[in-house]
Amino acid sequence: MGGVHPHDNKISRECPIQPLPIAPTVYISVAQHIGAPSVPCVAVGDKVKVGQVIAEPGGFVSAFIHSSVSGTVKSIGPRPDLAGRPSTHIEIAVEGDEWLEGIDTTDTLITTLPEDNKATIEKIRLGGVVGLGGATFPTHVKLSPPPGSKCERVIINGCECEPYLTSDFRTLLEKGEQVVVGAAILRKVMGDVPCTIAIEENKPEAIAHIKEVIAKLGYQGIEVMSMKMRYPQGGEKQLIDAVMHRQVGSGALPISVGAVVQNVATALAVYDAVQKNKPIVDNSVTVTGECFPKQANLLVRVGTPLSYIIDYLGGVPADAAKIISGGPMMGRAVSNLDAATVKGTGALLFLTEAQTRRAPESNCIRCGKCAEACPMGLEPFLLVRLARNKDVEALEANAAQDCIECGCCLYSCPAHIQLLDSIRLGKGSVLGAIRARAAAAKAAAEAAKK
Amino acid sequence: MTSTIIWTIAVVTVLGLVLALVLYLVAQKFKVEEDPRIDEVEKAMPGANCGGCGFAGCRAFAEAAVKAPNLDNNFCPVGGNDTMAKVAAILGYEVKAKAPEVAVIRCNGTCEARPRVNDYDGYASCQVKATLYTGDTGCPFGCLGCGDCVNACQFGALSMDPATGLPVVDQEKCTACGACVKACPKLLIELRPKGPRGMRMFVSCVNKDKGPVAKKACANACIGCGICAKTCTHDAIVVENNVAYIDPAKCKLCRECEAMCPTNAIHGVNFPKPLDKDAVKTRIKERQQKAAEAAAAAKAVKEEKKDE
Repeated sequence: MGGVHPHDNKISRECPIQPLPIAPTVYISVAQHIGAPSVPCVAVGDKVKVGQVIAEPGGFVSAFIHSSVSGTVKSIGPRPDLAGRPSTHIEIAVEGDEWLEGIDTTDTLITTLPEDNKATIEKIRLGGVVGLGGATFPTHVKLSPPPGSKCERVIINGCECEPYLTSDFRTLLEKGEQVVVGAAILRKVMGDVPCTIAIEENKPEAIAHIKEVIAKLGYQGIEVMSMKMRYPQGGEKQLIDAVMHRQVGSGALPISVGAVVQNVATALAVYDAVQKNKPIVDNSVTVTGECFPKQANLLVRVGTPLSYIIDYLGGVPADAAKIISGGPMMGRAVSNLDAATVKGTGALLFLTEAQTRRAPESNCIRCGKCAEACPMGLEPFLLVRLARNKDVEALEANAAQDCIECGCCLYSCPAHIQLLDSIRLGKGSVLGAIRARAAAAKAAAEAAKK
Repeated sequence: MTSTIIWTIAVVTVLGLVLALVLYLVAQKFKVEEDPRIDEVEKAMPGANCGGCGFAGCRAFAEAAVKAPNLDNNFCPVGGNDTMAKVAAILGYEVKAKAPEVAVIRCNGTCEARPRVNDYDGYASCQVKATLYTGDTGCPFGCLGCGDCVNACQFGALSMDPATGLPVVDQEKCTACGACVKACPKLLIELRPKGPRGMRMFVSCVNKDKGPVAKKACANACIGCGICAKTCTHDAIVVENNVAYIDPAKCKLCRECEAMCPTNAIHGVNFPKPLDKDAVKTRIKERQQKAAEAAAAAKAVKEEKKDE
């Protein structure tokens, strides 16, 4: 249902993933995932090695954070993140590149799967693995379904439906074996369920390569599925619909229809954590844009300042008007280049003035294109009016909370109405109301108990 | 033909009379007795339906006021003391006069003082902008400048000053209904007592960053140095989270803090004379010197006594 067909603009698809030289100083945020921020467990002046835990989870839905470099902890304190909001960062001055003992840094492929599933999930937890598709939801939580729900299929998301992004595509081509082993680990952990690696049809090389790898490694129960090119094909609920023909209900989790979706990069991180003892210390970042001369897919250590990456590739081009972290549809504009990368940083996109200019908003002509484009089956034209009138009750009745903020409505609107900006605000107020109601119900239940 | 017309008129007339009778009987049977005072109170209200009192509108306020045992929790900020006196007279309550209030903008990060570090080209709404990021200046606490407060004001009391990029309150038109306070996502607007002849002091900044960080982002920021709190002889200023706050109940409008503030973050408005900073500073210095001399003398006396 719904969706739009923007030009895929994968101009950096031929650039192999190259390691970026390590920055002289890195700033590692303790809030790199959805859920409670982690708690730093190092002190200023401590010497750390690559892969050493520097922050521990702040709750169940939280993750370990490891040092991505070796060196000395210089400071622990607030620093503006990509949106300029101050959050706690651990500053480490880099000295050499010494890895923690026990981490296998060789390229040897380990294909034997570990026996004990519980130990595997624990290894994934200790490796600080979070969903690298963008939401950065801690992976071990996703792999521990609540009692009563059963996983029937693991889907590895290799759609990469956002225009411009190529890091998942390059990962599939260059680290295909590791991704497939990661997928095998994931399907085994979930109880030997079938596994689908979903790849959009604009990446035929990747589809062929992964098919070859699966045949070569001889794993059973893993298949490759070629997906239609459509944005947001890689959205979790959209992908489940496309692969399993099941619809996840409003407010429900994918596990409610028996699906667990993990990104390609997450599968690779699972492989690293389980087979190599290597936590997430780096991730691939696409640096691209028509106005950017040195297209690249870089393997970047977590916490590298954006300015360092850009300077390495020759600086900000003169005609770039906007730098976006992520893809053009869902990415957020970067407000300061001093901000550092996090585990979920997938791309840096440079856009020119002409590409980013917003046309003036005119009146809704009730053409219904936004409702047709909405992959969640919502009515954006209605939601935007309700959001601007702050009618929270009506917003909830019309399921504003289900909006996945994909931007299809905004993309399709001929009147250039800035639908998503207002709907996102309305969604926030509905989620706030739902949370407040849950808290009130909890307090009332506790009072009744007493 | 004629008989058809006569019959039609007769049937319709009889039908009308019967239905009117039914309606009358039903209206008598299900009559809702409403306190007539509600109408009277509503007439006394300003009728702006702004919601500044906390009720849905003037009618809702009137209903609540009639039901309430006293008027302590019901106050119409728009009508002020005059309206409340009328309401109290209708209901036979007593009402305490409340000091009239006015909205103040606690940000003075003008375009010059607070340079823009990026351009915002999104939807022109402070609420939306605040959900996206901290804003186009280095200060994450200051005014976003999209004018949500101006749009919220039903009395035309707020306007954006293009020279400073900040909203300006027209104190004659402001009714202290509080709509702008709710509209501002940065919680910059505060309702403060108007003060005698409109004279009032306030700290025009809410930046909670430490001094050097705040100063770097905005030349007019409160840096939390605490000089104002030390200067104040009325114990009216507290510095919390690196930002000063003047308690309007304790402030005696001596303007000493305004003269001493190194960043001009403290504003005094509607004073008849412009502030002569040097004179005030000399006055404070002399007073502090005298106090120090007195303390030294007292100490000497104490020590003498000890020696004896």
